[in-house]
Amino acid sequence: MTEYGTMLMVFAFAAVVAGALLGLPRLLAPRRLTPVKAEPFECGKDPLGIAEGRFAIKFATVAIFFIIIDIELLFVWPWAMLYRRLGWFGFIEMMVFMAILMVGFLYIWRKGGLEWE
Amino acid sequence: MSPIPAPPVVLGPLLPSLIVVGTAIVVLLLDLLPPRASKAHLGTVALAGLVGALLATLRTWGSGGRAFHDMIVLDDYALFFHIVICYAAALIVLLSMDYLRRAGAESGEGYGLILFSTAGMMVLASANDLIVVFLAIELMSLSLYVLAGLFKRRREAGEASMKYFLLGVFASAFLLYGIALVYGATGTTNFDRIVVAVGAGPRDRLFLIGLGMLMVGFGFKISSVPFHMWAPDVYQGAPTSVTALIATGSKAAVFAALIRLLVAGLRTIQPDSTALLWALAALTMTVGNVVAIAQSNLKRMLAYSSIAHVGYMLVGLVAGGAPGAGAVLFYLLAYTFTTVGTFGVIALCERAGQEAVEVRDYAGLGRRHPLLALTLGLFLLSLIGIPPLAGFVGKFYLFGSAVRAGYVWLAVIAVLNSAVAAYYYLRVIVYMYMQEPEAASASLAPSFAGGLALAIALIGIVLLGVMPAPFADLAQAAVAPLIR
Amino acid sequence: MALAAFLLIAAVALVSALGLILKRNAVHGALFLVVNLGSIAALYLMLGAEFLAAAQVIIYAGAIMVLFVFAIMVLIPGKEETGPDPRRSYRLLAAPLGALLLFELAVALAARRGAPGAATAPAGSVEAIGRLLFTDFLFPFELTSVLLLAAMVGVLLLARRRA
Repeated sequence: MTEYGTMLMVFAFAAVVAGALLGLPRLLAPRRLTPVKAEPFECGKDPLGIAEGRFAIKFATVAIFFIIIDIELLFVWPWAMLYRRLGWFGFIEMMVFMAILMVGFLYIWRKGGLEWE
Repeated sequence: MSPIPAPPVVLGPLLPSLIVVGTAIVVLLLDLLPPRASKAHLGTVALAGLVGALLATLRTWGSGGRAFHDMIVLDDYALFFHIVICYAAALIVLLSMDYLRRAGAESGEGYGLILFSTAGMMVLASANDLIVVFLAIELMSLSLYVLAGLFKRRREAGEASMKYFLLGVFASAFLLYGIALVYGATGTTNFDRIVVAVGAGPRDRLFLIGLGMLMVGFGFKISSVPFHMWAPDVYQGAPTSVTALIATGSKAAVFAALIRLLVAGLRTIQPDSTALLWALAALTMTVGNVVAIAQSNLKRMLAYSSIAHVGYMLVGLVAGGAPGAGAVLFYLLAYTFTTVGTFGVIALCERAGQEAVEVRDYAGLGRRHPLLALTLGLFLLSLIGIPPLAGFVGKFYLFGSAVRAGYVWLAVIAVLNSAVAAYYYLRVIVYMYMQEPEAASASLAPSFAGGLALAIALIGIVLLGVMPAPFADLAQAAVAPLIR
Repeated sequence: MALAAFLLIAAVALVSALGLILKRNAVHGALFLVVNLGSIAALYLMLGAEFLAAAQVIIYAGAIMVLFVFAIMVLIPGKEETGPDPRRSYRLLAAPLGALLLFELAVALAARRGAPGAATAPAGSVEAIGRLLFTDFLFPFELTSVLLLAAMVGVLLLARRRA
């Protein structure tokens, strides 16, 4: 429990810094709104469209593949922590697990699931 | 940093399921290689894998085993279900080969997913642990959700896939919550140890709520009445061969887990669960049959009819004990052959380039394609339960077990329901033989593989009907060691 | 100290859950959900379930929220069809049914006080989970990979534009 105290401190520090960055200008800085300032900031260029534009559905496909690989990685973590203690057996277990998933990865890749067009 | 000893790994009891998973991976890898234009060879590979799994199952009969800390039990009971599931899946692959090509939806993924869901069903049949049950149900369902939407260009396909998925994950959540509560109450997810924990301690409300949630999850997967809403839309929108898989294999597999847990394992709480099952059975068959009367779409009608058949099988669960469970096993065998055959005929019939799914599309089929009409007629008669076909014998065993166990009223309700059901099945036969064909009524899309599948299913229902004794003995022998 | 931390985290979880439900803008709702999932992860940590907390952050707050936001952005947020819900009356059923379930669970838990046979929770540290996962629960672990493979194939089949 106590080992998370430091983590809590980091969060608290982050909250204070973020709050200060947002709060102090509000208190101190003068506010003079011009049309140029009201525009969304896009690296100094003129904005191309509204910020709430429609995203391509293809992002969602990539996101789903990401979730699947993410779940896979979650299982790798405890395995990595026990790697030495599990020995060869653990190695084989994880290789079987990965091999089955790599079939899926290979399949997605060769079938063009990762291509944009 | 002491080394962790390796757990014992015994793969023997997994062999049939492993063959199916292996075949699925082979199909996926072959799909990446040329020829790209035709995917017919993948169907053949899938079929070979299923036949291989079937042979492995038959070889293992009587000499199963346990593996992975009793998570997997390959007894004769599981093997019986392996046979039912493999048969159903093999017939469905046969049916799919020409059917999917005609619809322009033949793909390696399709065959791969059929095999994955079959593997899920097989693991489910031999699962002896709630975690394995959950994972197997998910493997089975996830593949079926996708397969239901295989015809992406049809609007109903999207609806079917989406409905099945949303309601399915909802049911899975119930299942998972139930598993969590049962684990909380007993401290284990293993069937054997759950039974021990429940038998020893006082009746625990937390456990009963957990069990109730498990029943909701299972009830959805077998589409028993209050959880049946998804079935008609999914059956209608899914490709017909996939509908057959949903109607047969998935139900058989879930019944396998249900019987193993409820009838065989938790006999001590039977007084609690029987009243509930009684109501569920009566409600399921009555709603299924009554609503089926109003359907003009053949696939929807069969969806409600399959709900009603689940009700009949629940009668066997009410009767309980080895006779009841054995009757359910036999009925599942008969029901699987009959249902695969019925959907198989629909998959072969087309009307003006579309699938013939309306009952009136079948007007005059008896004159134009007498052999096909006769086949469909026999399957429908078996669904009604006319002797000497499989459905009759199955119903005879089921209702007989209920009467012997003292549930006479339930048996009466079931028989009355069968009489109601005769009306809508016979209506199709009347259309086929006594109505004039319309200008564009159903015609036959020739398919050798489909014909072969129908022939096998037809032989199955006649064989089960004419000489049921060996198969019934097999079913009884399968459940006997489970329910001593 | 622990109680104060719990109360703080629980308050954050509750407020963010309310924000998720009450915000009209779906993207704002999604961001509230991230906060909610994070605070639940903190509760898992307080219970000693480190692996679960990490899973909550990595999978839910990370991957699944990305998908949520993408899905919201595909449907232009704030411009979706609005209007009276045709099934509004069903909502009336939700409250009593939810209350009933809550009541049942409360009764069941109350009846268990001091009852024997309660599960002894295994330690939730990453090593403990890993040890279980790679020995006793080896089969479910490998089955998961097959499940994920089926999921990948399914996504590919549904996502490709032409069959």
